[in-house]
Amino acid sequence: MIVFWVVQGGSDDERKHCRLLEAISSLGGKTRLAMSESELYFHGSLPTGEGDKINLSDLIGTLDKAPTALTATKKQLKNLEHNHTALDTPLTRKETEQIQRVVAFEKTSKEVSRWQSVVVQNQKAEQLVFPLNQEPSGPKRMEHVVSGWKAQTPLEQEIFNLLHVNQQPLHNPVLTQNEEATMKAMSLEEAKIRRAELQKVRALQSYYEAKARREKKIKSKTYHRVQKKVMRKEYLKRFDEMVKTDPAAALEELKKMELSRMKERMSLKHQNSGKWARSKAIMAKYDDGARKAMQQQLEVNKDLTMKLVIPTNEEDEDEVAEALPDFVNDAEPILDPINPWMRGKLSTEPAAQEESNCLVPPAAGPGDVKAGDGPDLLREEEEQVEETEEEAILRGFEERRKLRRAKDAVEVAPVVMEESEGKSSDDDDEVVEISEFTSLYRGLVKDHVEPPVEPPRAGADPCVSQGEGPALLEEGLVRVRTLEDMELLGQDVSACEPAPQTTQTLSTEQTEPQSATKQADGKRKRKKMIDPNEVLTKEAKVIKVPFAPTAVEDVEDTDEQRFIIKEAFAGDDVISDFLKDKKKQESAGMPKVVDLTLPGWGEWGGGGLQPSRSKRKRFRIKVAPPPPRKDQKLLNVILSEKRNSSVAAHQVSQVMFPFTNPAQFERTIRAPVGHTWNTGNAVQKITAPKIVTQLGAIIEPISREELVKGENQAVTGKSNLRSDQGPQQKRRSQQKKKHKHKKN
Amino acid sequence: HYAMKVKVLSRNPDDYVRETKLDIQRVPRNYDPSLHPFEVTREYTRALNATKLERVFAKPFLASLDGHRDGVNCMAKHPKSLSTILSGSCDGELKLWNLTKRECVRTLQAHEGFVRGVVVRFCGSSFFTIGDDKNIKQWKMETPGYGEEEEPINTILGKSVFTSIDHHHKDAVFVTSGQQVDIWDEQRTSPIRSFSWGVDSINCVRFNPVETELLASCASDRSIVLYDMREAAPLKKVIMTMRSNTLCWNPMEAYHFTCCNEDYNLYTYDMRYLDKPYTVHMDHVSAVLDVDYSPTGQEFVSASFDKSIRIFPKDGGHSREVYHTKRMQHVICIKWSSDNKYILSGSDEMNIRLWKANAAEKLGMLAPREKAAVNYNQKLKEKFQHHPQIRRIARHRHLPKAVYSQVKEIRIMKEARSRKERNVRKHAKPGSMPVVTEKEKHVVTVVK
Repeated sequence: MIVFWVVQGGSDDERKHCRLLEAISSLGGKTRLAMSESELYFHGSLPTGEGDKINLSDLIGTLDKAPTALTATKKQLKNLEHNHTALDTPLTRKETEQIQRVVAFEKTSKEVSRWQSVVVQNQKAEQLVFPLNQEPSGPKRMEHVVSGWKAQTPLEQEIFNLLHVNQQPLHNPVLTQNEEATMKAMSLEEAKIRRAELQKVRALQSYYEAKARREKKIKSKTYHRVQKKVMRKEYLKRFDEMVKTDPAAALEELKKMELSRMKERMSLKHQNSGKWARSKAIMAKYDDGARKAMQQQLEVNKDLTMKLVIPTNEEDEDEVAEALPDFVNDAEPILDPINPWMRGKLSTEPAAQEESNCLVPPAAGPGDVKAGDGPDLLREEEEQVEETEEEAILRGFEERRKLRRAKDAVEVAPVVMEESEGKSSDDDDEVVEISEFTSLYRGLVKDHVEPPVEPPRAGADPCVSQGEGPALLEEGLVRVRTLEDMELLGQDVSACEPAPQTTQTLSTEQTEPQSATKQADGKRKRKKMIDPNEVLTKEAKVIKVPFAPTAVEDVEDTDEQRFIIKEAFAGDDVISDFLKDKKKQESAGMPKVVDLTLPGWGEWGGGGLQPSRSKRKRFRIKVAPPPPRKDQKLLNVILSEKRNSSVAAHQVSQVMFPFTNPAQFERTIRAPVGHTWNTGNAVQKITAPKIVTQLGAIIEPISREELVKGENQAVTGKSNLRSDQGPQQKRRSQQKKKHKHKKN
Repeated sequence: HYAMKVKVLSRNPDDYVRETKLDIQRVPRNYDPSLHPFEVTREYTRALNATKLERVFAKPFLASLDGHRDGVNCMAKHPKSLSTILSGSCDGELKLWNLTKRECVRTLQAHEGFVRGVVVRFCGSSFFTIGDDKNIKQWKMETPGYGEEEEPINTILGKSVFTSIDHHHKDAVFVTSGQQVDIWDEQRTSPIRSFSWGVDSINCVRFNPVETELLASCASDRSIVLYDMREAAPLKKVIMTMRSNTLCWNPMEAYHFTCCNEDYNLYTYDMRYLDKPYTVHMDHVSAVLDVDYSPTGQEFVSASFDKSIRIFPKDGGHSREVYHTKRMQHVICIKWSSDNKYILSGSDEMNIRLWKANAAEKLGMLAPREKAAVNYNQKLKEKFQHHPQIRRIARHRHLPKAVYSQVKEIRIMKEARSRKERNVRKHAKPGSMPVVTEKEKHVVTVVK
């Protein structure tokens, strides 16, 4: 190596020669190679292998013969000779390549890493709009171009003034009014075509008219009869077809038929009062055919005049009551704050009113008047529910009450809280304010979330996957095509869901209505009177109703209304109903005696024989009473400790990934997104999709310009993917060009 | 000092009178929450309904383009036209399709034997094909006029069989793979640069669409190799447990690419850290043959030998969607259309199928109110996605029985393997058997 380095100037030719030889050697076989090697030896200046190094002195030796001009170099070389630091042997090809690769990889990875900020930014972005560098494609409309331009020079301004004077359109400079009018007018060809069409239609119409007239002139009755028959047949046929193909239209047709029938009923046709009928009536005595015709006529009349049966109102109401799903009974905002029945919510206010009203015995329902027991009206009325006199009046109320109870179960203020809610009576007011289901729901969610409910089950159960991992799909052999299939899927879930724990199956079971009434009877004997003061331990709280009437009504008027309502719902007492409900629940919660006696076992059995007393005593098992109810001291609260299994199927049992605690999850669920609860703008903002694409636009891969923008934003802290290209980007592209030149 | 306050009902006509009859009627609204109770329950019901309807309307299959006389081996998108697509089949025939008309607009016999690859030049004016006859041919995009013969503009005769081709996204440079990775200038008949690292043949090579000088290839020695066009040598190589068939770069994230593997999985790599994949995507039950990213870079679609197509979120371990039909056989190639709306799959039984990328999406223009409703429903589904009923319905997919049973079998196998590993670890010396994560399992080594 040193050799070449030193004698670089003179060895150019030599190197060229070497290269040529190499090229030749690559072409030829061994002989060539051997020859080239021998040639190298002949030159004698190249090392044959690694073993024998060239000594500097050898080279200098040749210089010795040269003139004195080279003494300086000689000196330098001698100095070199004193330095014994020889260069290392070059690395093997494999190693050099590896180093090259490592260096290149580091370089590229550094280059690529510049995208990091952009990538992270896009991942975090609320919304991504594609294509990224969007400019309105295609030619711009003239209006836009014109509107962006303003008259600046005096000449331009003058021209604009002229245009103004002549009412030339400026901002909508497509057409003038006259031009528009001419555009709207038809072209000649169009007009011709239209005229021809009209002519044809006219001709057809006249033909049709002529035909109708001709037919009408025909006097033959048989002809008309046959014609009519044919028509009717055809009509029926068409109607049948219509029923199959287009039921809506068929229904319309049916209505038409109905209408014609009604008209028929109202007219005097087929009443046997016409000329023909009268003549037939005379003939009927003698002629069988006439009699038959008469009879037919009568039948037709009967058919036509028969009154259709209309379902009565009562039945309708019943149906409605049964068909009403719970959610239909959403509280509707009704303006009257006084009327608790109309609001579907028992606020404290009406109760307070009731309280005050109780002091003065109102001339309320007829039932109460008959009972006539003074201030104990409420209780007495309840006792006498079964009395026959009142039954008629009360039945109506009973019905209404049923309806209302269905409502109450969902939403009324006597709060049926879940036990897990863990709120005492202190929070009553707050609870009243929150809609009942939400509180219920929240409670359940909490209940669910806090303890890890189920131990993970092993097995290929499809349900497992939901808790197990991030599997996105639940694949099965079932094809889901309709909503009904979807329902079946839902059932699957509920089947998979762990059944709600029924620890106290005996105690919590709903008793049959019979036994319930029996127990109620028993209770009634014990306690007849409930003082409303005792029940309503709290101060009445006035709830502001949003639609409070601004105009003050007459006091008399309201009084009157109140009176009317009182009268209407005299037998309908919410408080006592609630207390009854509570009592029922309490009794249902009490354990029953289990009788395990087997008659005839170990003794004689048969009709009229009772198992012995000792045996009965022995096999009747009394279950220990449950712990006292939590709502024992809360008079106007029922705390139900049952879990509603129908709701459970819809509830979340785990805190899922993005959420870290249940409270977070609940908060997101509680915030509504719909436009029922949010303003239009807010909804738009909340529901904005994460990725927006333009219809029919090609989305190009992200370009380097974005990188420059991203870097800018990283500095400024803004995030706008659509910002215009800045000067920096231009600079960058120039750099790129330079880079290319270098490469070439 | 007591003045009676009288409130009078009065309204400002500005609040309710329209200026012109074309104006929208003002609807006074009261957002007082007490007037609109049960918000959670009502929204839940809406979400449930939206989910159900989504599944009812999920009809992803749009059309089948038939006309090839052998299996479809490769496809290419037109970079400038959404409605044009090119497909090459195993009998050397190449077809151009018009997607809006759903018909073949041009057919040409490009090669003898397979058409191994087709790629359209970035400007869309011409395209390149490679075939088993060792030829690279460049063709004009326009159909030849009357009387003209269907002839390539250029033909390059290669030394060995080419397996795949890709074009640079900005320059007149393309790359082929075969025995080595060759980079060609369009004007020259010999490669301007060749990379080789090892002796095994290379299945697939792809240009990075963002950092346009970068390349990645997968070879039959189970390796994935990165290249830089500007450098003299390849950059890095990672060897996996099984062979990767193809790979695709994320068009929005310069350093991410996904490769589809013979071991039924797909792996997304960060090219800077090749020692383990960024995400492992599993769900297929047979070798994955092709993968293509959505142009938004958020998702990708994969085609598999198990006769199904799956759509994966770019960072999700499992697929969000699976498409299959009775008649679709092994899916060989797949493309995601560049407007992010459609997916095209070419399969063994000579058909190209057009699918919707979002199965339940309504196609065509949407009225603003429709759009708002769609967005709202989407948001609701997202909000209540963890509720069991909704999740169950939203996730349910039908699978053909063969695939279903295969899935089950694979699950059992996996469980057995993990159980065994667990047991072995239990009886081994503590610390002697470190836990290997799923991501680390599939990488054998990284070669510098």
